[in-house]
Amino acid sequence: MASCRVPLVLLACGSFNPITNQHMRLFELARDHMHSTGRYEVVGGIVSPVSDGYGKQGLVPAKHRISMAKLALQSSNWVTVDEWESQQPDWTETVVTMRYHYGRILKEYEQSAERHSDASGNFASPSSPFPQLKLLCGADFLSSFKIPGLWLDDHVEELVERFGLVCVSRGSLQPERAVHESDTLFRHRRNVFLVREWVRNETSATEIRRALRRDLSVKYLIPDSVMEYIRQHKLYTEDSERRNEGTALRPLIKQAHQPIKSLDD
Amino acid sequence: MENPSTSKVVLLACGSFNPITNMHLRMFELARDHLEDTGQYSVIKGIISPVGDAYKKKGLIEASHRVEMARLATESSEWITVDSWESQQSDWVETAKVMRHHYEELLAREHNRDNVDTVKYTKKRRIEENYIASSVHHRKRDGPQLMLLCGADVLESFGIPNLWKQEDVAEIVGRYGLVCITRSGGDPHKFINQSDELWKYRKNIHIVHEWVMNDISATHVRRALRRGRSVRYLLPESVIHYIQEHGLYSAESEQKNADVVLAPFQKYSDASTSG
Repeated sequence: MASCRVPLVLLACGSFNPITNQHMRLFELARDHMHSTGRYEVVGGIVSPVSDGYGKQGLVPAKHRISMAKLALQSSNWVTVDEWESQQPDWTETVVTMRYHYGRILKEYEQSAERHSDASGNFASPSSPFPQLKLLCGADFLSSFKIPGLWLDDHVEELVERFGLVCVSRGSLQPERAVHESDTLFRHRRNVFLVREWVRNETSATEIRRALRRDLSVKYLIPDSVMEYIRQHKLYTEDSERRNEGTALRPLIKQAHQPIKSLDD
Repeated sequence: MENPSTSKVVLLACGSFNPITNMHLRMFELARDHLEDTGQYSVIKGIISPVGDAYKKKGLIEASHRVEMARLATESSEWITVDSWESQQSDWVETAKVMRHHYEELLAREHNRDNVDTVKYTKKRRIEENYIASSVHHRKRDGPQLMLLCGADVLESFGIPNLWKQEDVAEIVGRYGLVCITRSGGDPHKFINQSDELWKYRKNIHIVHEWVMNDISATHVRRALRRGRSVRYLLPESVIHYIQEHGLYSAESEQKNADVVLAPFQKYSDASTSG
């Protein structure tokens, strides 16, 4: 990869309850797409499971969701799991999570640049551009922007202006329409990357949990290691599905204007 | 499985498996869940039977590779196996004949439990246990049933002229049985209703609804591989490694058999002009 490419980190926020092969596919599709633009080099992917404070029905404890995501990503050499968001006592806005990760990435970048300048006795080489962080999301995510009162305008603005979105769609024109119908998204359309997925694959975590409750096979939809973990810890039963039943989602309580999490099912 | 009235079933999937994908493997899981849920069947084994090179399908790579990839992909399964008999025949073999071959093998095995295919010992034992567990309660001497596992497209292909011999269709659905996995969009019931032949044997046709859309075609996988795109999580890691190691699926390999007529069309159109 040429060094003039922008180093890019992809962040996926969501329940990951549990992580599925489809979640991991999104990363692969997004990386291929961003590479094909010729302008980016994807240097990392982050899976950031939401904290228990999110209050979503059927959400099993974060420690399990983290463990499963780690098992699933053992075979990946570029996507990792980050626990920061899941460890926050309260639900965290996506933009806040992005600020945290971007701060971390910039610090790493500056440290490596300092090491570089120490060695060469000069300032960081100007040929290596600043890294970027973009949010990786599914097709329905963009449409959530137009739901009244769900998003703070300045959060949408910050998300697409400062960071950017990589949105994987399953063949509908839904994302294109969402960009067209939002002045904010349209203004920053060059920072919204739409990736087309040609394989229809609608493995939602909801379907996985449903199959598990009914004792049906989920093999080949989630990694064997995750299947084994679920079996050992007896996760996803009718009881676990009733967790947070009747509870309003934390975003709706914390503030009447909050984003829906991406990669959610 | 302890139900004394359940029949043992072996599922057979025929196809190119060029290469095998997670969707092929999912079909077996869905079919087993569905059949066992009826309370009438216990599925004791699955067989993947890759087609021989003589099938002449465009982009079909050597059977030895396709068999090996299927073997790697089923390593983690306790009940799905790969059989290379069909792939080793020098001529293309009609599906009905492949079924006959496997059915005879099953009957022979019922008499002397002599396993002839190349299954790992643990899997072999597991499958043997399945046989025994279900035959303990089987006082009446009926052997296992063999059913063809396929997608809705195969069922619908029964209507394509010169692709199937009508007596073969009758044998497959009449004598054996069919498990058909359908994705939303298709309507196999309508198709069965519109065919007098299939309608006659409708009780032997099991329609399985796939709620989780999972449409990973091997064609898509080959296209992605040719273009250097990621196919991770669409097929098992071991198969991806095998493809990389052997440099399979390139623009050249996709040109194999280009402009060659598919074996069944050759066979049956010759038959119809000479007859």
